[in-house]
Amino acid sequence: MPADVSPGPGQAPLRPALAGRLSHGLAAPICLTWELTYGCNLACVHCLSSSGRRDPRELTTGEARRLIDELHDLQVFYVNIGGGEPMIRPDFFDLAGYAVERGVGVKFSTNGTMLTPTAAARLTAMDYLDVQVSVDGADPATNDAIRGEGSYAAARRAMDNLAAAGFGAFKISIVVTRHNIGQLDAFERLAASYSAQLRLTRLRPSGRGADTWSELHPTRQQQRDLHAWLLDRPEVLTGDSFFHLSALGAPLPGLNLCGAGRVVCLIDPIGDVYACPFVLHEQFRAGTVRGDGGCAGFTKVWRESALFKSLREPGSAGACASCGSYDACRGGCMASKFFTGLALDGPDPECVHGYGEAALQARRLDPVLVPHPGPGHSKRRAGNAASGEPVFVTLGRLG
Amino acid sequence: MAFDVGRAYEKHPNVAIRREEFGGLAYHYGNRRLVFLKAPALVELVETLAEFASARDALTARVPSGSIKSYEFALAGLLTSEVIRAR
Repeated sequence: MPADVSPGPGQAPLRPALAGRLSHGLAAPICLTWELTYGCNLACVHCLSSSGRRDPRELTTGEARRLIDELHDLQVFYVNIGGGEPMIRPDFFDLAGYAVERGVGVKFSTNGTMLTPTAAARLTAMDYLDVQVSVDGADPATNDAIRGEGSYAAARRAMDNLAAAGFGAFKISIVVTRHNIGQLDAFERLAASYSAQLRLTRLRPSGRGADTWSELHPTRQQQRDLHAWLLDRPEVLTGDSFFHLSALGAPLPGLNLCGAGRVVCLIDPIGDVYACPFVLHEQFRAGTVRGDGGCAGFTKVWRESALFKSLREPGSAGACASCGSYDACRGGCMASKFFTGLALDGPDPECVHGYGEAALQARRLDPVLVPHPGPGHSKRRAGNAASGEPVFVTLGRLG
Repeated sequence: MAFDVGRAYEKHPNVAIRREEFGGLAYHYGNRRLVFLKAPALVELVETLAEFASARDALTARVPSGSIKSYEFALAGLLTSEVIRAR
């Protein structure tokens, strides 16, 4: 999902013809996510990248700067920097500064724990840099159950520091769950209190989310309520992540298509390129930005990888062919289907018409069929007091 | 200010345009807005606006006469989204 790409106020929604062209891929991604590190001082139970430990193979500062040069040459307008916690990298400011200097805007996501008054002042001094502070509850109890003890207070301190430094309109980023969806108005008030922008994104069964998705994803009724709430608030950013809700009728602002390998992709901390941030799995690995004799260099991966080429082929509607909403939702999110064991050419597990649920029930009975992201870079004693320690059992065949 | 085809315009200095097969993507580094330019000729028109004394002159020079109205309408939209500005 292309993050926060919208035709903008006063512009007509994209014509289907253009949406079709986009799905065939572009000269370069519109929007690229770059996870700088798998290192993280939190252990959120839904972490899409199973972050925790730094990987010794992380791109070096030199490699990262060369990648930024390449993104500049490709005219990638901005990168979404995430992780892990990107500020853990000692060269975080160096890399962010270099990107901005080369005309590659930076939007970075942080848990806020390292966003001290000094860091806030440094960020404020940089042009073309946006900050997203993550919280997953409007109060400590709701948030800390997901993100860990003390994480709500830490995020609020970061917001206070940004406000005190005069950063301007930062973003408050929330992954919508069954437990915080009742707090949308409270999130809106929180954002307003900082003159911040609210950004809501969809929970995926990716990373550690594979083990928690069943208990955390919104119910069908909650999805309908969310759709109505978002339609009333076109100013709320969504990273285009709720396009499956378009099947309810009115489309939300944005491109409303799965951009994986077509308009978006992910570069992971060791330089591997995946179709989107939510499919860190060998099956969706397109290549590496490092020279390894295979697909080397980001430009070559983007333009020539067999995976990306296949994703740009017209997709089959499969089991959704007879559904009147297929043109609106295009079958939903590839990652959500993959990590719940559903067919990629069938309904999204959160299909608003409920078509995903029956298929999901059948799959649950046969866990061997459900691919699992594995523990990734989770710390061995990941988890927190509120959630208990996640148990990583590899149910599916990996790789 | 409303678009006036008799005035002179230019691409906004904060805007970068990347050419694509369908036309181009314009990104405004100030308001962080991404705008789709839905035809290659529209990209050329925006990139060369500054060379003409008026939008009308640019349209006459760059756009087939049968399409001038639709390109004029597109320019008005691009003024609203600050892809172009008066000069």
